Amino acid sequence: MTADALRNVIVGALTRIAPEIDPASIHSGVSFRDELDLDSMDFLNFVLALHDKLGVEIPEADYPRLYTLDGAIAYLSAKTAGR
Amino acid sequence: MPSLGADMEAGTLVQWLKQPGDQVKRGDIIAIVDTQKGAIEIEVFEDGVIEKILVEPDTKVPVGTVLAEIRGAETAVPGPKGPGLQIPAPATRMRVSPVAKKLAADLGVDLQTVRGTGPEGAITREDVERAARESTAGPKGPARQPPATQPTGARSDMRAAIAAAMARSKREIPHYYLSTTIDMSAALTWLRAENEKRSIADRLLAIALLVKAVALALREVPELNGHWVDGAFRKGAGIHVGCAIALRGGGLVAPAIHDADQQPVGALMRGISDLVARARAGSLRSSELADPTITVTNLGEQGVDAAFGIIYPPQVALVGFGRIAERPWVVAGQLQSCPLVTATLAADHRASDGHRGGLLLAAIDRLLQTPERL
Repeated sequence: MTADALRNVIVGALTRIAPEIDPASIHSGVSFRDELDLDSMDFLNFVLALHDKLGVEIPEADYPRLYTLDGAIAYLSAKTAGR
Repeated sequence: MPSLGADMEAGTLVQWLKQPGDQVKRGDIIAIVDTQKGAIEIEVFEDGVIEKILVEPDTKVPVGTVLAEIRGAETAVPGPKGPGLQIPAPATRMRVSPVAKKLAADLGVDLQTVRGTGPEGAITREDVERAARESTAGPKGPARQPPATQPTGARSDMRAAIAAAMARSKREIPHYYLSTTIDMSAALTWLRAENEKRSIADRLLAIALLVKAVALALREVPELNGHWVDGAFRKGAGIHVGCAIALRGGGLVAPAIHDADQQPVGALMRGISDLVARARAGSLRSSELADPTITVTNLGEQGVDAAFGIIYPPQVALVGFGRIAERPWVVAGQLQSCPLVTATLAADHRASDGHRGGLLLAAIDRLLQTPERL
């Protein structure tokens, strides 16, 4: 998947959890856990949404790699490579 | 109009989901009521047939007002076939973000007229703004004027309700406070191993273990589980743990996980997750708001070390958890780095004494040391 397609999946998952956020306000290098005030429950739902949408397994140990938009795109690119 | 907590004085009937002549049984959702805590699904207390609806939609009535008459099951006879027996189309509740809801109230926009463009048709802030522009600029329909005075939006109603409940609590309840530090090594080790085995959808968070430990500990100290009513303690009918949930945009609710002591942690986790989602979407059920026998608050996510709560009347206790953090700790004479959490208890001194409160915290600590048995 392209980075743009992944970005759309990620932003879609985030706005589902926090409907009030403005997608344009998600800064690529900043932890959206902090920026969007996501708690661990929100974050678990975010990971679940990515799993459902992309069919990738995401072990708990990898969660920190999904804390920023850039990090999440890089991680999911590697996971979905070759499709 | 049922009381959905000590802070509720009135509610607005939004919609009937049942009509006169409909059979209902205990637990059925018969109506939606708007309160300071969002739209609440009202469950019926008994089996029977709806005889008569006494409060029309869009009417605000005080707590205690009879909303409808229900004929008991024993005396119920099948009503004549007629319009009364028609079952209304399933109600589809609007998905509205809290920010959009508040903005709509501020701008005087009727949410029924707004087309949602968010996920699953959710109404977003942008949708409300667009609707507000269209209703004032568009040729169709009467221009919607913002109300001349809008002293309270839904959010400020909730603020006022919290203010009333907390002020009453501090005025009436002689609180005592205790705290203890709990080593979470065993619990977190178990949790990590367990989550490696579980699919993403079934993974657990520490809060599920904490809530379960509190629920089981309450079996040992039942005088902290229940309500203080008319000058006396009434033991809770079950252990219904209210989970304090912060709402996006401010405010909080603490709906119940029913019979938390009887649920395996996996089910408990799903229950908490569902409760959080519905609290934020504004679709809780009346029993969830009316039934809690104790409240658990977890402010660790914000980096808070310890949370000393204010009891939600008529409950008699509140357990608070802070952040789980690596700290120095002495184990068998050795200084080690361990994940620790501070558990606190705020309890009503009319209903219990510090000694019993201490036993509750000790039991929570003990139970968390054998997480596989929770």
